[in-house]
Formats: sequence, C-alpha cells, structure tokens
Amino acid sequence: MTVKNALLALLEQGPMYGYQLRTEFERRTGATWPLNVGQVYTTLTRLERDGLVAEDGADTEGHVVYRVTDAGRDEVAAWFTTPVARTQPPRDELAIKLALAVTVPGVDVGSVIQQQRSATMAALQDYTRLKRRGPDPASTQEPHDLAWSLVLDSLVFAAEAEVRWLDHCETRLRRAQLERPAPSPAASPATASEETVR
Amino acid sequence: MSGPASSPVLELRDVTRVHGEGEAAVQALRGVSFAAYAGELVAVMGPSGSGKSTLLTLAGGLDTPTSGVVSVEGVDLAGAGAVGRARMRRTSLGYVFQDFNLIPALTAAENVALPLELDGRSGREARALAREALAEVGITELADRFPDHMSGGQQQRVAIARAVVGERRLVLADEPTGALDTETGEDVLRLLRARCDAGAAGVMVTHEARHAAWADRVVFLRDGVVVDETGADHVESLADATAQR
Ligand SMILES: Nc1ncnc2c1ncn2[C@@H]1O[C@H](COP(=O)(O)OP(=O)(O)O)[C@@H](O)[C@H]1O
Ligand SMILES: [Mg+2]
Repeated sequence: MTVKNALLALLEQGPMYGYQLRTEFERRTGATWPLNVGQVYTTLTRLERDGLVAEDGADTEGHVVYRVTDAGRDEVAAWFTTPVARTQPPRDELAIKLALAVTVPGVDVGSVIQQQRSATMAALQDYTRLKRRGPDPASTQEPHDLAWSLVLDSLVFAAEAEVRWLDHCETRLRRAQLERPAPSPAASPATASEETVR
Repeated sequence: MSGPASSPVLELRDVTRVHGEGEAAVQALRGVSFAAYAGELVAVMGPSGSGKSTLLTLAGGLDTPTSGVVSVEGVDLAGAGAVGRARMRRTSLGYVFQDFNLIPALTAAENVALPLELDGRSGREARALAREALAEVGITELADRFPDHMSGGQQQRVAIARAVVGERRLVLADEPTGALDTETGEDVLRLLRARCDAGAAGVMVTHEARHAAWADRVVFLRDGVVVDETGADHVESLADATAQR
C-alpha cells in the first residue's frame, strides 16, 4: 500500500526506472525502510496492470522508464488528502509481549521492561547522532534533506514515547505489587502471577 | 581517547551512601561502580529517588560516601579532605544544577570568574578566562548582565560557562534541562556535548530520554543500584546509510 503510493508520488516528478525510484525513495527516508529493486519492479507491474502507470520507453542504457497516468495522479491526490487510517493500529510486538509477560507465570517483567528500555534508548542515541551529523534542518535548502530529517524526527518521537510508556508500565507494575503484596513463595507461580498482576 | 585504555576522569568504586541512621536509614546508593572517561558524555537515568543526585553530589565532592571510593583524575576525594575537595570543585570539576544557582548580586562574568578568584587567580586573569568561557557558550554580550535580567536558557549557559571555566576536565550536570523548554534544552545539551567532544568527561542526570540520547552511554539506576547500560551500536545500517549520503 505505502510502497505503491510512494512510487506513484515519486513518478509525479517525472518518468523514472526502477532503480532510480528506489534511490529517490531512500534519499527521502534514509535506509529506514529499505526497498529492494525486486519489490519496486513487482509494484510497478501491479501499478501498470491497474492503469496507474505506463511504460514510457527506455533510456539510452535500455532501462524501462515508467510514467504516471491520469488515473495514477488522481490516486496520489487521494492519498495526500486522506489521513492514514489509525482505527486499526498495526500489531505492536512490544505491547503484545508485555501483555503476555504480565500474565504468563514465571516471566521477570521488570527485566523485560529494562532490556527493552536499554535497546530503545540505544536506538534513540543512534537517531540523535544521525541528527547531529546531518545538515541543520533550519538551514538546509535541499527538500530531500528536510524529508529525511522529518523521518528521523518521527523515529525520535516514537522511541521517546516508547521509553515513556515503559517507564509508565514499570511504575504501574510496582504499584500493583505494593498494593497486592506477593503471596508466600509456597504459592504456585500461576497463582502468584494471577494475584499480583492484572 | 575514551575507553578502558585510558584512566577514567571520574571513578566510583563500590560506593554506598546511607542517609540517616537506624530505622530511618535510607540506602541511597548500594555498591555502585561507575566510571567516566575523557571525551565522553554519560547520561544517568532512573526514577525519582533512585539515587541519581546522590551519585552526582558524591562525584562532585559535595558529599562523601558511607563506604567505597570516589576519585577524580586519580585523586581519592575522601583522602583530599574538605579543603582539598573544595579546591577541586574550583579547579577540576564543574557542577550544573537544574535551577542554575547563580549568585544574583553578581553579573554573568563575575559569576563565571568567581571560582577562579576564590582559587587565588588574579581578578584580571579570572575575568579574561570568564569571557572566554562565556564566548564558548555563545553569550559574550551578556557578560555584564545580572541573572535577574536573563532568560532561563541564558542563565543556564552562564552556569555551564561557570562549570567549564579554566579547563575543568569533569562536568557534572543534575537535570540541566529540567527548567527549560525543549529547544533551549537542546542548546544546553549541544554545549555539554561540545565540551565533552573537546576532551572533558561529562555526567548528566536526566529523566528525558530525548536528552539522555545525546550521551555516549546511558546508565540506568534503580533503588541505588546500576541495573543496566546502553551499548549503543544499534541500527548500524541506518548510520552507515547516512554516512554514505
Ligand atoms: N539528605 C538526605 N537525607 C535523607 N535521605 C536522603 C537525602 N538525600 C537523598 N535521600 C534519599 O536517598 C534516596 C535517593 O535520593 P536522590 O539521590 O535525591 O534520588 P534522585 O536524584 O534519583 O531522585 C531517596 O530515597 C531520597 O529520599
Ligand atoms: Mg535528583
């Protein structure tokens, strides 16, 4: 879905062949969501089948060049004027993992949280390093530098939110443990976890 | 530069700090070992009450451990005595607080020059170094202003200048961005970062992940214990991709 719309939007700027499309996509988004050339060509084939792009001959080196059709332009316009659907959030492995960690007996939830916090912080450090190294977004004239810097910001905000959520989970967990003191070690692990969390 | 090959600028070895006695005793730190090397900025994160400020005040010689050793540039702070510690606070290490802690009756330049003058440097020398430090943090033009007439961000810059003046090798900062908005906070981090890139060791307490991410390492405290630390070579492919750009 996303790849399709992104390729169509790129073709609005002018006809391109597959490898060029991949390069242009990555100039704007870094290597955050790597696209392989095979994926680009499969998508182009589907777009062509649906009448959204058409072959536009070949360049001097024999690359098949594609252009966007009128129907394709309408599709891009519709994409930009419609919000991305948030009613069905994509599956979040971390949320699912924690939901199971607090219910499955014998899981050290505290260390699940801490390991994740460390990993997410490490990613946030990397994003921050990339931001510091990159061009100053306030002064850059290059639209794709701005695009990439906004993508980085999005990663920063998401990692930051994840760390905050993990802190929140830890606090709630500690409170739950304080309010309902753990039963004696004699109790079975299953009983213990049912009583201490939820 | 940094790393175990060189000796640390700051080292805590098996440090414990108990506040109060008997029933009321609080173990603020329990057997913490920690080091910061020249050229690196280390962030300390942890929930309120986990011992972050205690760690920093011990590192800064503002407090002494119940057991264990704190040393700065190889000097055991306990062995240095109160006079020696006070001297190190004026010459070897700088401290930045959340609420800036500037002296209201002194101008920016005088605030920055004060530790040097207390250390016996001539007024002229101290003022020259203070102006250099103010230039480093980008506020030369505020030298003669009083704290009351500066924004929070400007006051924090003065506080950083005071913490780094005279080539101090260790900069300690307790929630230095806590009282600032996000943008101003980033400016402060940029300055701390630059000081560490220029060779100082920095330790910064913060509860904001976004700010801790400026550090080379993030150390996590829980209940007075270091429970974890980031390794920080994640997402290499992303970094490589940008390096090629
Ligand atoms: N001077 C003191 N007297 C008694 N208890 C203290 C004192 N300073 C700190 N503590 C206690 O030591 C623990 C750690 O405090 P602190 O280092 O300030 O934590 P943080 O900075 O992480 O919030 C807390 O339980 C706090 O109440
Ligand atoms: Mg504190």
